[in-house]
Amino acid sequence: MPLFEARNVTKQFGRFTALDNVSISVPEQSIFGLLGPNGAGKTTLIRIINQITGPDSGELFMNGKKLTPDDVHVIGYLPEERGLYKKMKVGEQAIYLAELKGLSKNEAMKRLKYWFKKLEIVDWWDKKVEELSKGMQQKVQFITTILHEPKLLIFDEPFTGFDPVNTNIIKNEILFLRERGATIIFSTHNMGSVEELCDNISLINKSKTILEGRVDEIRKKWAANEYDLIFKGDVTIEDNNLFTVLNRQDNDNKSIIRIKTTENIITNDILSHLMKAGEILSFNPSLPSMNDIFIRVVRAQN
Amino acid sequence: MNKTAVIIKREYITRVRKKSFIIMTILAPILMAALIILPTVLMMSDRDKDFKKIAVIEDGSDLFKNVIPNTNDAEFVYLEDVNVNDLKETFEEAGYYGILYISPEVINIPNAIQLISKKQPPIGLLDHISGSLEKEIEKQKLLAYNIEDLDSILKSIRTNVDIQTIKIDDSGQAKETSTGIAMILAYLGGFLMYMLVFIFGSQVMRGVIEEKTSRVVEVIVSSVKPVQLMLGKIIGIALVGLTQFMIWVILTVGAVAFVKGTVLKESGITEITQNIPQNIMSENNMTVNAEETVEALSPEMEEFSKMFESALNQDWLLIIFSFIFYFITGYFLYASVFAAIGSAVDNETETQQFMLPVTIPIILGLMVAVGTMQNPESSLSFWFSIIPLTSPIVMIARIPFGVPLWQIILSMALMVITFLAFVWMAAKIYRTGILMYGKKTSWKELWKWLKYSG
Repeated sequence: MPLFEARNVTKQFGRFTALDNVSISVPEQSIFGLLGPNGAGKTTLIRIINQITGPDSGELFMNGKKLTPDDVHVIGYLPEERGLYKKMKVGEQAIYLAELKGLSKNEAMKRLKYWFKKLEIVDWWDKKVEELSKGMQQKVQFITTILHEPKLLIFDEPFTGFDPVNTNIIKNEILFLRERGATIIFSTHNMGSVEELCDNISLINKSKTILEGRVDEIRKKWAANEYDLIFKGDVTIEDNNLFTVLNRQDNDNKSIIRIKTTENIITNDILSHLMKAGEILSFNPSLPSMNDIFIRVVRAQN
Repeated sequence: MNKTAVIIKREYITRVRKKSFIIMTILAPILMAALIILPTVLMMSDRDKDFKKIAVIEDGSDLFKNVIPNTNDAEFVYLEDVNVNDLKETFEEAGYYGILYISPEVINIPNAIQLISKKQPPIGLLDHISGSLEKEIEKQKLLAYNIEDLDSILKSIRTNVDIQTIKIDDSGQAKETSTGIAMILAYLGGFLMYMLVFIFGSQVMRGVIEEKTSRVVEVIVSSVKPVQLMLGKIIGIALVGLTQFMIWVILTVGAVAFVKGTVLKESGITEITQNIPQNIMSENNMTVNAEETVEALSPEMEEFSKMFESALNQDWLLIIFSFIFYFITGYFLYASVFAAIGSAVDNETETQQFMLPVTIPIILGLMVAVGTMQNPESSLSFWFSIIPLTSPIVMIARIPFGVPLWQIILSMALMVITFLAFVWMAAKIYRTGILMYGKKTSWKELWKWLKYSG
């Protein structure tokens, strides 16, 4: 049973349709990538999950039961448009946000001490937020998001503002949270981190779901007919009835070429054709990056 | 703890701890006290600087010896056997401001009096001299008629006209009221409402804008309902305002009392009042003056006690109840509108276009409230005290003058309905507005937001 499910959610703002019959199903203890170009409706869906706005139609389920207002206590949300009260001290603010999530002050203190120590920010407790760098603020914000140990975590572009070292720290924390039982909805435009982290994805474009499933399966499916070739020196390769050239790069006296074969072609036929062109250094079936898939799927729909 | 309470607590504590709050809370009463005390202090220092000693010379008689009482800024020294023309040359070196020369014909020729000085004497001084002399001359003339018991007759015919206003309510009960008190109450009430609504309302607006621009708002509305955040902020700020207001009242009263009690006592005011009886005592022939001083004081005292009495006669229960009622509903009405405006913009400069329509009813209300003091029964006052947007200010100003019960009930009922409607509409706009960035909001846009479903 999925931990969270949205069924046939539709939301309109005046005449503009932000979500059109969108469904997602987030398996428990997994990381679910919610993808889509800007303005596709991701943020609206996330806000509906957080009950900041309600859907016009459609149903939402948490653990198989209809979503209730009290469920905000088991959801943690790190919005893309995030911030903290600038003039408020870090510690006080963290306690305040925890209280709003239903934690008692003492409990919040206890957990905050643990997390501040873990992320090495104990010294900031009495500093005002405006005195911190952007990355520091993000760390504080991350802690306030997960402090009430939510079952469902929603991260919208969690890595912006972090340097590579801190990105890695946060990435590991997210994986650790999943290990300990949390379910995570992860929205980002960084497809590299999608490949790295996500188990499932759903791609929304123009308020509709256009691609969904397990990341590895999607990549395999889209990879079926693609190969990466490396030739020594400059070679001439043109589209023919066996394959089409998708992509070509020449550098360091090498030609790096990606081809897409036509259906039902035997690899050997291609190889023998290619051998005529020059010296092959490598021939690999390529898994397309999520980035490529994203671009192709969205382009195709547009 | 209830989440709205958590929000109220934060709004309250962060504001009360701000340096600007602490400074304003301490400075304002000092400024207020200074405003109250400064005129007194200035008057006192004026007295030292401009204190005038005036020589009084009478030609050939001593009718007016010590007739002119000393004042706070002038002393009259009666000189005998001095020639006016001699003194004219030397009065300045002798420390006199001027010479008051009274010729013997003064009883018959009233303008046979001269004040000789180097500078133009102030009007107050002239009035004082002529008033004292006129009285004395009248008395002298009356004396010439040889009337028995003249003093007591004079005393008994002295009259001061002071109109007492009696308000009769429907049950036929008469109450002595004072228009003065009603006006003070009306003005204070109306103005206070105006200040409170404006100052706190715009604080609410700034708070909302702060949350929006710092982008903290989306995190918060994922934990609480937007309307909880809005109401929490409105209530928190109201409590901050009330705290500040109470401290101001206490500190101002305290500061004034302190300064009047210690500083002024040592250097002046009491000294002046003590001076007068001493002078009176030391001179003979001053019985009239003494009586005058007493009588000059007593009508004031009487008036004051009358004012106090009629203040007691005011329907305080109604005034206080309606002030609290109109304050709460009026504040919530306007503060929620301010919150909606704050939610619809990205920064404070953009608020202008929405502020005007909100400001107009408040300003109109204040203007009508001031007019109400002249004519509480005018139809303008009536309508503005019924219409909910202005009624909090105008009705408060009308009530001390007496308002029929049905009007109060109608006004309050309309107010409750409007206030609920406004809070509801503001909450709808607020809910959408706080999450909208980068788009310049128009009135049309606001209307659309009103119609969005949850």
